[in-house]
Amino acid sequence: MSTWRRVHVNLRKAHGLFPVSSRRVTQPNTWKYGHLTLCKSLSTSRPLRDDFFKDLEVQLAAMRQKALDALPGSDWSPLKMDRSLPPERADVVIVGGGVIGWSIAYWIKQKERLRGGVRVVVVEKDPTYSQASTVLSAGGIRQQFSLPENICLSIASAQFMKNINEHLHVLNEDPVDLQFNHSGYLFLANEEVAHIMEENYKTQRSFGAHVSLLSATQLKEKFPWINTDGVALASYGLENEGWFDPWTLLQAFKRKALSLGAEQSIGEVTDFKYTSNIATTAEGDQVVQRRIKSVKVQVNNSLEYQPIECAIVVNAAGALSGKLAATLGILLPVEPRKRYIYVLNCPDGPGLDTPFLIDYSGVWFRREGLGGNYIAGTSPEEALEPDTSDLEVDHQFFEEKVWPHLASRVPALEKLKVTSAWAGFYDYNTFDQNAVIGLHPSINNMFFATGFSGHGLQHSPAVGRAMAELIMEGNFTSIDLSNLGFRRIIQKEPMLERNIV
Amino acid sequence: MSAPFMSLYRCCQRSALLVVSRRSLSSVSPPSSVSPPSSVSPPSSVSPPSSVSPPPLHTRFLLYLTQCFYDVEMLQSWTFLQRWKRIQKRNTYYGYTQKNYGSDIAAAYYILSLKGGLRFVGQSEWFIADRRGKFNWAFLDHKDTPLEEVNMNYTDINYRGLDNLEEQKSLRTLSLRGCPEVNDWFLARLHMFEDSLEELDISHCPRITTGGLAALRNLKGLKRLDVSSLPGISSPGVVIILLEEMLPKCDVTANGYDHTLREES
Ligand SMILES: Cc1cc2nc3c(=O)[nH]c(=O)nc-3n(C[C@H](O)[C@H](O)[C@H](O)COP(=O)(O)OP(=O)(O)OC[C@H]3O[C@@H](n4cnc5c(N)ncnc54)[C@H](O)[C@@H]3O)c2cc1C
Repeated sequence: MSTWRRVHVNLRKAHGLFPVSSRRVTQPNTWKYGHLTLCKSLSTSRPLRDDFFKDLEVQLAAMRQKALDALPGSDWSPLKMDRSLPPERADVVIVGGGVIGWSIAYWIKQKERLRGGVRVVVVEKDPTYSQASTVLSAGGIRQQFSLPENICLSIASAQFMKNINEHLHVLNEDPVDLQFNHSGYLFLANEEVAHIMEENYKTQRSFGAHVSLLSATQLKEKFPWINTDGVALASYGLENEGWFDPWTLLQAFKRKALSLGAEQSIGEVTDFKYTSNIATTAEGDQVVQRRIKSVKVQVNNSLEYQPIECAIVVNAAGALSGKLAATLGILLPVEPRKRYIYVLNCPDGPGLDTPFLIDYSGVWFRREGLGGNYIAGTSPEEALEPDTSDLEVDHQFFEEKVWPHLASRVPALEKLKVTSAWAGFYDYNTFDQNAVIGLHPSINNMFFATGFSGHGLQHSPAVGRAMAELIMEGNFTSIDLSNLGFRRIIQKEPMLERNIV
Repeated sequence: MSAPFMSLYRCCQRSALLVVSRRSLSSVSPPSSVSPPSSVSPPSSVSPPSSVSPPPLHTRFLLYLTQCFYDVEMLQSWTFLQRWKRIQKRNTYYGYTQKNYGSDIAAAYYILSLKGGLRFVGQSEWFIADRRGKFNWAFLDHKDTPLEEVNMNYTDINYRGLDNLEEQKSLRTLSLRGCPEVNDWFLARLHMFEDSLEELDISHCPRITTGGLAALRNLKGLKRLDVSSLPGISSPGVVIILLEEMLPKCDVTANGYDHTLREES
């Protein structure tokens, strides 16, 4: 009855081309504008009857929606709901809203057959990303790895970034501009490690990476500002290498995933609820198989928490993923390791052709913008790893470990000034410094995408796709990453990069 | 599937008609931009023309439509995708031609199909496609002669199309003025002509930014470079000085930038 009355009232209103009630309720403010400009001219001679049926249709649609809401599987409840709380149910819960988490969310939504077919929730505890590695990274992408998996991931990710607007463009929004700098990576090797560089070069070429080897004289010719003392060989990326803005990539993934219907919820995952099964193997061993039933999300700044019932959990919590796995009693060898980045200013330093230079001493530097600014850093020795309780920067470290190598390699940087610095956490895999991607062998609905140890940002597009394939299709279809699975950790077979640093 | 599309189609038709009629009206009597088409009124009775309305009417209208109908949104993203697919298709790898006629003919054929122009090594004659895409098939006579000059001004060439030019080791001049699809990734791929390329014109390309210009360092033989009127580079003064520093043997032309800015930097 009330429906009928509403229809009746609507009839008397002035109508435009689009009846008032046919707009989506979520965008009330856009209406005014359109109303003023459009309706006057469009409302000339439309029969009222037409509007009547249209409105009836709308009301029926609203009724259908209400009925649908009340069906099991939806969030609807007769009590008043707090929208800031996470949903009660989801198909996939991704823990960690860094670049990896959002990339996975995007690819899952992109692969779903039916719009809204898979409910994906990304749980992030810190929406400002004050400590996330993604936004604190150096933003580099290179193909100069030794493991075929890493090389292929880089090539696929570069391919993705080339067409980023075909993937991540959102209708009526600005196109994505990654601010990609095509300056390449330059690795320098001394006599001892030159043979490794040569082997790596062969592998990289065989997978289609555009890399070239330079002798010391060629290097001097190409980059006259480099001091080539001690350099036996250099390898230099010609294409698809350089650096970009990590924040833009993260936001682009997030924006697209949200527009495809992924959900974000703010809170920290503190616990899991699971069921266990004891299975017996052919040899008679007993193995415990667990299955996660729900994820407990602690809402920020409150005692409230909400369990999310889910079918699949993805651990993409970056540096904290080891801690998250520990709540399930799993030993995941990923821990935070603090790395410093120093911002340098040197007006007469090298110019536009400065590549991302990585010296065999481990020191790296690259250009930052155009005003004679650079950023530099290095990894400390294993025994001298700094404390990871905060993100304080150790300036002594620059004086002792970075500057001497940098100044001798690039004499023009001798008069540099450190203008600022920051620190970030590597999601460091202490076992073999490579990613852990795939299902846990004994928890049959927990996936991992973590442990990237300093190259997660550049691999995020391809890793997201691989994870979505694994989750949605059951196996890897584009790049086979089964060697990077969890099994290698249990079987103690490290997948080490043969690197020169 | 077809039912929503039909209604959508009709809706679009009607709105297009309205937009058109309104346009013609406003061209007759300039200030009347808001009056309904049925009542052609004298300019005095019409509300004042809006001076602050940056987006053109049809964009606003489309935006409005997408906010109301999923169908329009879908159609718009569909056309977006189709446009991309069309450009990708035009830039495919001419593998079949390459197998049967060799890489030089394939490259020439690719260039002419995109309405570009070319000159073979040792020839003075240019092969140029006309505005309607017609060209002289006599280029087939120059089998196994590499290209020396290529003119792709105002064409749809993109980085994918460069696959067809990969074998051109004697290419000396490449002109890409005003190409909408030439971007930084394209420039980064030009290293394949590093030994031969002497002249490069990338002026008026809307998608080139500083990050791509840095990739030109690989073209060591470059003698002339035209980077005029690139809207994508933010501080042209500094960038051009850095570019000249990076390519000391090259004569860099950069017109069309705000001159005062250049003098300042
Ligand atoms: C100094 C530095 C330089 C780097 N340079 C490069 C580079 O040049 N190239 C490159 O490719 N990579 C680089 N990296 C590595 C790269 O940044 C990381 O590998 C990558 O960002 C990992 O992404 P992620 O999404 O897994 O992690 P993160 O970005 O750290 O995201 C994880 C998120 O999970 C959230 N989270 C954690 N635990 C929970 C929980 N229990 N509940 C809810 N949310 C949780 C965190 O708040 C965080 O936002 C660098 C890293 C550092 C530190």
